[in-house]
Amino acid sequence: MTQESTGWEPEAREALERDAKEIMARYPKPRSALLPMLHLVQSVDGYVSDTGIEFCAEMLGITPAEVTGVATFYTQYRREPAGEYHVGVCINTLCAVMGGDEIWRSVSDHVGVGHDQATEDGMISIERIECNAACDFAPVVMVNWEFFDNMTPEKSKGLVDDLRAGKEVAPTRGATSVCGFKQMSRVLAGFPDGRGREGVQAGPESLRGLELAKEKGWKAAEGEAP
Amino acid sequence: MTTTLTPVLTRGWDEADSFTLAGYQRGGGYRALRKALAIPPDDLVQMGKDSGLRGRGGAGFPAGMKWAFIPQGDGKPHYLVVNADESEPGTCKDVPLMMANPHVLIEGIVISSYAIRANHAFIYVRGEVLHVVRRLQEAVREAYEAGFLGTNILGSGFDMELTVHTGAGAYICGEETALLDSLEGYRGQPRLKPPFPAVAGLYACPTVVNNVETIASVPGIIERGADWFADMGTEKSKGHGIFSLSGHVTRPGQYEAPLGITLRELLEMAGGVRAGHRLKFWTPGGSSTPILTDEHLDVPLDYESVGAAGSMLGTRALQIFDETTCVVRAVLRWSEFYAHESCGKCTPCREGTFWLKQIVARLEKGEGTEEDIERIVEISKNMFGRSFCALGDSLISPIGSSVKYFRDEYIQHFEHGGCPFDPAASTVWAGQE
Repeated sequence: MTQESTGWEPEAREALERDAKEIMARYPKPRSALLPMLHLVQSVDGYVSDTGIEFCAEMLGITPAEVTGVATFYTQYRREPAGEYHVGVCINTLCAVMGGDEIWRSVSDHVGVGHDQATEDGMISIERIECNAACDFAPVVMVNWEFFDNMTPEKSKGLVDDLRAGKEVAPTRGATSVCGFKQMSRVLAGFPDGRGREGVQAGPESLRGLELAKEKGWKAAEGEAP
Repeated sequence: MTTTLTPVLTRGWDEADSFTLAGYQRGGGYRALRKALAIPPDDLVQMGKDSGLRGRGGAGFPAGMKWAFIPQGDGKPHYLVVNADESEPGTCKDVPLMMANPHVLIEGIVISSYAIRANHAFIYVRGEVLHVVRRLQEAVREAYEAGFLGTNILGSGFDMELTVHTGAGAYICGEETALLDSLEGYRGQPRLKPPFPAVAGLYACPTVVNNVETIASVPGIIERGADWFADMGTEKSKGHGIFSLSGHVTRPGQYEAPLGITLRELLEMAGGVRAGHRLKFWTPGGSSTPILTDEHLDVPLDYESVGAAGSMLGTRALQIFDETTCVVRAVLRWSEFYAHESCGKCTPCREGTFWLKQIVARLEKGEGTEEDIERIVEISKNMFGRSFCALGDSLISPIGSSVKYFRDEYIQHFEHGGCPFDPAASTVWAGQE
């Protein structure tokens, strides 16, 4: 399925040009802005649209083919609209063994779509994801790249139901509620949403060694006086 | 038990505001920066060398030596790029570090940039960790506001910019030259080396690429001394490191200890393998390191000893699998991962991972033969050392080591006509329904 070119209203495009220039100014060479700019495009269209590709090409003075070549290399850039909530189930070895495979099957059956597909209402898309650096919290599910730790098939189905029902959902380690796919993409483009202070500093698993050390009175040596 | 935990980087993670500037400074944060800016840069490079700090991203290259490779007085801009693209299966230390204490990383970045005379640094963070990106953005903002970044830092005359750059989902970008291509706005494909990044890195300028934990270790070394760091660990693998225990273990999590601690010691701290089960196989440092078994519980987890045991220390990503786990299933999933993540640039890796994945799939389904086992070993030999980067070699690790230790289990699959294991028995909730 190819998407129609979305086209942007002149005002929206002007705002995006300002954003793109801001991104380009962060780097010694403007081409470095391409990855964040593709996130920016997704923050508007929910995927890398043809309009978005042409926009990036124009801003950077490269060809649409060059932009497409980059966009298709990275799995986070989507060629079809993501759901409002993009749900990733880790199926890399460790999570899979700990229950990720079962979670994947139950979530996929529950919403009735497969890998990299979205539900008809556009609320949920699902993806089999690779290791997301949270193995001590396995099995792991991500929603718009926020952590849902220590998941089960039941909890995952409930999570997806809540998301579809428009309920506020809180990740285990993340902001106080999951934001939409487009808002998330804007943060990844380098425009903070001011939510960095929300949520816990660490999950219980991250603290296990520290807590044991405190309990036992174990410390690193002090070293030189500051 | 002889080895004890040494929380240095993980110290303070239990305080609710550990990720804020105020929280970090309460524990002495940014004192090392003040100290460092009064030391000549070359002396800081020497301190890095004296400490014995080796890259914490897996390869273990001496960090001070990497810094010393940067030519000085060459008239070109220098760059520091932090590899925060943590994606190696099993590896989960940098993400909690950046979530709980992004400022220790920023402090390390400013000190290291000053040492190599770089005025612009980048944190290349993977895009699939939204809240980590937020924490980094917020911490960088705070650091600019407090004068730890920007112009004339702490009145030293040293200026530097720090940019948080978000990736977009590609394991290969953890390879340092692929990361640089990606940061330049291209497909993340490894470059042929030499030239190494120290000579021609970002924008063909001298560049140091270091892992998050490496750079985060720098403030401690500056503040407490190179000897303090070097007194921890073993003769050639010095200092503290975060060991990440995951899988079939009673209390999975992050355990910071001197290099050279053993899995037996760590498992004891973590409550052992989950109740009623026993250790079958484990990875010392992620899926790219050959698996080990219960024969290797007492191998000191340092670069040399793990190497001598036929594996690699890697990222200290200790994935623990008990006897309910099918090793062929584990290897198949890793094979699919490497095939998916191969960037396609060079033939041995692109084709090798593609075919290995299919043969292992056949073996897992019980449709393979003994010849297939020989074939995967043979293909592995042909791939080894023949790719641009280490990705091609990575898949060989689980394949070769699993055949070495569990050949019979491969054979059982085709004798049994399928996998003889029940995957439900391996899950977290097994026996709880």
